[in-house]
Amino acid sequence: MADTAAAEQMMSIPQRADAVRKGGARDARFRTMTFIAALTVLAIFGGVMASLIIGAMPAIKAFGFPFVYTQAWNPVTEKFGALASVYGTLVTSFLAMLLAVPTGIGIAIFLTEICPRPLRRPIGIAIELLAGIPSIIYGIWGLFIFAPWFQEHVQTWVVDRFADVPYLQDIFGGPPYGIGMFTAALILSIMILPFISSVTRDVFDTVPPMLKEAAYGLGCTTWEVMWRVVLPFARTGVVGGAMLALGRALGETMAVTFVIGNDHHIHGSLFAPATTISATIANEFTEAVGDLYLPSLIELGLILFFITFVVLASAQLMLRALERRAGSVS
Amino acid sequence: MSDIKNIKSAKNPALYARRKFRSAFFLTMAVAAAAFGLAWLGFILGALFYNGITSFDPKMFTEMTPPPGEDGGLANAIVGSLIMTAIAVAAGTPIGLLAGTYLAEYGRYGRLAFFVRFVNDILLSAPSIVTGLFIYEIIVVKMGHFSAWAGAASLTVIVIPVVVRTSENMLLLVPNGLREAAAALGAPRSNVIRAVTWRAARAGIVTGVLLAIARISGETAPLLFTALGNSFWSTDLNQPMASLPAVIFQFAMSPYEYWHRLAWAGALLITAAVLTLSIVARLLQPKRS
Repeated sequence: MADTAAAEQMMSIPQRADAVRKGGARDARFRTMTFIAALTVLAIFGGVMASLIIGAMPAIKAFGFPFVYTQAWNPVTEKFGALASVYGTLVTSFLAMLLAVPTGIGIAIFLTEICPRPLRRPIGIAIELLAGIPSIIYGIWGLFIFAPWFQEHVQTWVVDRFADVPYLQDIFGGPPYGIGMFTAALILSIMILPFISSVTRDVFDTVPPMLKEAAYGLGCTTWEVMWRVVLPFARTGVVGGAMLALGRALGETMAVTFVIGNDHHIHGSLFAPATTISATIANEFTEAVGDLYLPSLIELGLILFFITFVVLASAQLMLRALERRAGSVS
Repeated sequence: MSDIKNIKSAKNPALYARRKFRSAFFLTMAVAAAAFGLAWLGFILGALFYNGITSFDPKMFTEMTPPPGEDGGLANAIVGSLIMTAIAVAAGTPIGLLAGTYLAEYGRYGRLAFFVRFVNDILLSAPSIVTGLFIYEIIVVKMGHFSAWAGAASLTVIVIPVVVRTSENMLLLVPNGLREAAAALGAPRSNVIRAVTWRAARAGIVTGVLLAIARISGETAPLLFTALGNSFWSTDLNQPMASLPAVIFQFAMSPYEYWHRLAWAGALLITAAVLTLSIVARLLQPKRS
């Protein structure tokens, strides 16, 4: 502000020319600064990728591609494989999505269609608070409160009930520890719920009211309008939001580490302890000794980064396409 | 589609009843979904407040983290968290704001801006544990030891994408007329941005910074192998430093009852801080047009 005021008071033409030149130089400097900051973002991304690859090199050289599908994880004999961790990551995230996607869409329908207008904002904010709670809080709550409750009131009952049912006895069998894959998946689903419901609600709000009114005019019920008009229209956004949530679930560390039990064997039962990539890294990183242990953990990180990159990039592309479409409609 | 084709048979009372029933059923499920979400929120916050308040003790602000079996507090962890968060915000905010400015003011529709935006949004949701591995490789390995600098650096990497995203969004909300008016007065572009656009978007930018603080104050994973932890009082940035989330993790996973109670008290402290920050940020946030 002071500069502009000073520039106004300058009278002579050479002085003005000087001020313009200086302004130009300042402009160029400022622009370069913002440009460098923008490049920093790219540099961080490149740095993450490069440092993971370099750090994982000894393990990549030692184990090659079979690392990805080997189940062994033995720090003593230095035989490492990612299979158990990758399996745990994918299964917990998949289960979490299975629970969170329908619930998240249900919440979005509730918030856009059913909820009385004055309550919409408070309830929306309350659901979004779930996303604001740090993951370590989910972890400590899961370990001390939820897992014991789940063990006593749900797991024992389910294990008893399914003890003689073929297939189900394998999936929901074994001793009810409380902690394990299923508990981790449940907690993950609560954590990602707000991501799905808030993106879904936002895309529901972009559906042109004429479309809905036209469907109501044809005599559709509220559910038919939601299922056949609103959801198809909002499909890309819903899928994009779900992918974003999936990206979160795959990389979630603390909440999972507390309740998964850190077991490097793959069990058929969902109630059994397991591990995920992030839980393995968090649990073992500071204890890792030896030439291959640490690089193996870093290679796990590389695999995780790769998986989340693919998921998040597809989410981005879908949501971008949606933004462009929304831009052209309005 | 079949139902819609059959609409001419709406006089068919059975079909009509079935459609109404189905609608009512699924809408009830939607209400149940919302109740489900709110119930979890209540369950979590309720347990947290109950356990946190019953374990609360003013000593936790003045005494150090204790060895097993002794009394103590969380003072070194609280201070450690504050120091590392402050450094991360001080380092990350300018970079994030400038990068966001580039995207909103200079790059806008350019190829580079598109690419930066894309990468930034990936970083925004990328697993924080991977950030920790990155900083471990470039700082901890190079320095040869864990340090508070490394912890702060890993938090900075998390702050930057949050600030970039919110500042770009907020700067884009500033009407172009303001920029044009300032430019018409002869102000150089950099002055327009600093004195007009930034000023107009100030509340939004502050929101972004608050959200970033909220995001990193609960971050645990990257701190485990950058700042590590420290049972003693330390403000030396070259040494390992305790942080509240890392102490909660260590104490909660331990078998000691007293450590569990401290972990609960710390958890309540973090949650209260984070939720306050998010609510203040939300109040500051300008309404979208």
